[in-house]
Amino acid sequence: MPTTTIAGTQVEVNEEGFLSNPDDWNETLGTEFARLIGVEMSEEHWRLVKFLREDYKSQGETPTLRRVSTQLGLPVKQLFTMFPGKPAKKMSYVAGVPKPKGCV
Amino acid sequence: MTDTPFVPSFDEPTGEGRKLAIICSKGTLDMAYPGLILGNSALGEGIETHLFFTFWGFDMINKKTQGNLKATLLGNTAMHMPQGLGGIPGMTHLATSQLKKAIAELDIPEVPDFLDQIVASGGHLWACRLSADMNHLTEADLRDDVEGIISASDFIEMTAGAQLLFI
Repeated sequence: MPTTTIAGTQVEVNEEGFLSNPDDWNETLGTEFARLIGVEMSEEHWRLVKFLREDYKSQGETPTLRRVSTQLGLPVKQLFTMFPGKPAKKMSYVAGVPKPKGCV
Repeated sequence: MTDTPFVPSFDEPTGEGRKLAIICSKGTLDMAYPGLILGNSALGEGIETHLFFTFWGFDMINKKTQGNLKATLLGNTAMHMPQGLGGIPGMTHLATSQLKKAIAELDIPEVPDFLDQIVASGGHLWACRLSADMNHLTEADLRDDVEGIISASDFIEMTAGAQLLFI
């Protein structure tokens, strides 16, 4: 497993650059992950990231965009605005959880 | 501590300039989903995505029929049931409700909601001119987010350089 230095801390990441162990995550890392991919964290971003982490913990897998949208009551359109381009992958990266496996 | 952090390459190289066009030509419930699922996934990857509805696929965007697509045993040996059963009254209803249940259990939206999600994700919906004319349908009969009824040549022109999927 490669390691990289994020916000002055050495962290283990997978071959794509996602955090290997979700338990290594903290808010400082989250902020820095977001900055590195050009996302500025708002309160809404944090609410979403925290949901992603909690849902990952309770369900054992990262929620898909649809699940995020229905569970948080956030329109899909807004998810694309908050994390442009590839929202599902970007939000999981920031939240330090694996990218979602589900298809929808 | 001068090394550059290793960050996933979200914005290169696949998304930029890649374009996908999906031709949806079927009006059965089971065959509506492949195009919806792939289109939705492509949008999630930042790929410009167009769905073109033609022939039976029109039922997916016709306001009257889009929520009422059906699955049938008939002509589908992959259902692994005697074909004769498919003709018994009520069997299509049964197959449809079974499939709908299976889809809902996976938290996959119904066709109209799925199209809503695709449009919200930036997808484009187009209707086929010939199919509209044959069925005497106009834009008023179709979902409001269908961007236009276009000819086959318009579609070919529009999808220059795109990857094409016929379903």
